[in-house]
Amino acid sequence: MTPKKPTRKSDARSLAVASMKIARQPDGICIRFIGRLDHRTSGRCWRKTLRLLDRQMRPIRIDASALESADGSGIALLAYFKEFGRANNVPVEIEHLAAPLAALLERYLEEPDVEAVVPPPALSVVERIGKLTVELVGDVCGQITFLGRLVLAGMKTIFQPQRFRVGDFLRFCELAGANAMGLILMLGFLFGLIMAFSSAMPLRQFGVEIYVADLVALALVRVLGPFITAVIVAGRTGSAFAAEIGTMKINNELDALAVMNLDPAVFLVLPRVGATLLMTPLLAVAVNFAGLVGSGLVILSLGYPLVTYTTHVQKILVGTDVAVGLTKALVFGGMIGAVGCLRGLQTQSGPGAVGIATTRAVVTAIVLLVVLEGIFSVMLYYLEI
Amino acid sequence: MTDTIIQAEKLTMGFDGTSILEDVSFSVNAGEIFIILGGSGCGKSTLLRHLIGLQEPMSGKIVIDGRELTGADAAQREAILAHIGVAFQGGALFGSMTVLENVALALEEFTTLPTPAVHWIARAKLRLVGLGGYDDHLPSQLSGGQQKRAALARAMAMDPKILFLDEPSAGLDPITAAQLDELIVHLSEILGVTFVIVTHELASVFTLNGRVVMLDKQAKGIIAEGRADALKNDRSNEAAWRFFNRRLK
Repeated sequence: MTPKKPTRKSDARSLAVASMKIARQPDGICIRFIGRLDHRTSGRCWRKTLRLLDRQMRPIRIDASALESADGSGIALLAYFKEFGRANNVPVEIEHLAAPLAALLERYLEEPDVEAVVPPPALSVVERIGKLTVELVGDVCGQITFLGRLVLAGMKTIFQPQRFRVGDFLRFCELAGANAMGLILMLGFLFGLIMAFSSAMPLRQFGVEIYVADLVALALVRVLGPFITAVIVAGRTGSAFAAEIGTMKINNELDALAVMNLDPAVFLVLPRVGATLLMTPLLAVAVNFAGLVGSGLVILSLGYPLVTYTTHVQKILVGTDVAVGLTKALVFGGMIGAVGCLRGLQTQSGPGAVGIATTRAVVTAIVLLVVLEGIFSVMLYYLEI
Repeated sequence: MTDTIIQAEKLTMGFDGTSILEDVSFSVNAGEIFIILGGSGCGKSTLLRHLIGLQEPMSGKIVIDGRELTGADAAQREAILAHIGVAFQGGALFGSMTVLENVALALEEFTTLPTPAVHWIARAKLRLVGLGGYDDHLPSQLSGGQQKRAALARAMAMDPKILFLDEPSAGLDPITAAQLDELIVHLSEILGVTFVIVTHELASVFTLNGRVVMLDKQAKGIIAEGRADALKNDRSNEAAWRFFNRRLK
């Protein structure tokens, strides 16, 4: 039979346990430590000590003559007695402790050289609401300021086009566009399929299943195509921008840019925002196309010929619908790129900072996406487009 | 007679089939301060990573405290790692935990000690490295030197037989570096622990006053071994002499 493999905990249990004999005497108590006192063997002694000192106010004498050896944790137990005595004005004497262990004990008992950290007082509900409001207003102001910087950087680049980093821009176009195409096509196709199936059921009750084509085409091209694309770009590209710029900030690369008098808005933000601005409408076209293919398959499966489907789609969709969808995608793309970069630039210090920046980038982009979609809906309604 | 606590035999190590060090052999005695010295890129940190089991050598054998590390299975590795502590160059403290929690972590995970005992021991270790009172600080609130001290306290939490320190004084001002070096010497004296220290700082080498092995990039191995004072004055070993005396040619 294969013997059970030892683990660090089972190792600890198998070792001899140090013992601690307590003798109550008229002038106090005498504690005698026997054996090897280390972090593996001292568990029982520690528990006994904590129980004993809970109600002990008499002088303590510790006899270490039978202590075979002790490690740092073992000596920490003796130091605990000393510290207890110091705090409670109880005399504690340790006898027969070997010289190196006594030196270690002395070191443990040295007074701390700083004051303990006092945690900040907890905030009341009102204070928390106030703090959150100030943070929210500050965040909105930050976003507006950033938009201003971005516009300024864009104008500078128009007058000095050589400052625009074309290589970076093309690289980000590949990352945000070409590399996302497979995912976009698959999700667009599935979305078209799901929409067509979901709407076919209620429309069948009225015998107008063929209007699934009109419904899906219109909803996809005007609203859902750009929206789904934007959500995917926010999750995939916006978060990547935040993480990349956040890591650069932590590595002082942004400080390096600043001292080299290079504007991060031109150097880092413009190529990224330019890429999402250009790629999001193209991806929206791909989503629309894949979605229409998906819904077309459903129509075919319902027994209608393909020509009926394409005729319905052609009839219901006009150039304005496509233009509305692409305009939305353009605006969404610019917003997502800008928000990703802004959250990256706002990255704080600490191990979780990049993760927080990434989360904030995605959350802000999705919230703004819904807000912008609402603004578009109201605008298009009043403009009767 | 001194006991050998680390034995490295004919170690060849590197990455992706390219060797950095070849046929390196040395031994470390229990309780001594052993210094691995060399210029940038000579393989000091790579050697350390092999000694603490983070990388497997291409060939050769490492024996730690009588147990072979190379080729050890998970349980054997765990048993070996229970006897070593490591302080990494940047401290590698867990940023989301306080200094005390960093030091207490291993004690909580691997001992059956009650929580007040674990915290008291962790606090004692922090006092030992001169960080008494910093229990509730986050690593980000500490200076570079304090982070290295905290990393040393964490490495000592389980009272290991061997402490590996990677560039303990790198990036510190001379005074803080000297204080840290003196702390290591002091801890070596009172704890009797074996220290294996990787460094390229000559001032530290002289303060630590341990046995030195010097690695060389071109030689892909050890080019000198002995006490720092002796190596500094030994003109027969040209490369080591130039390193210790900061001479170019």
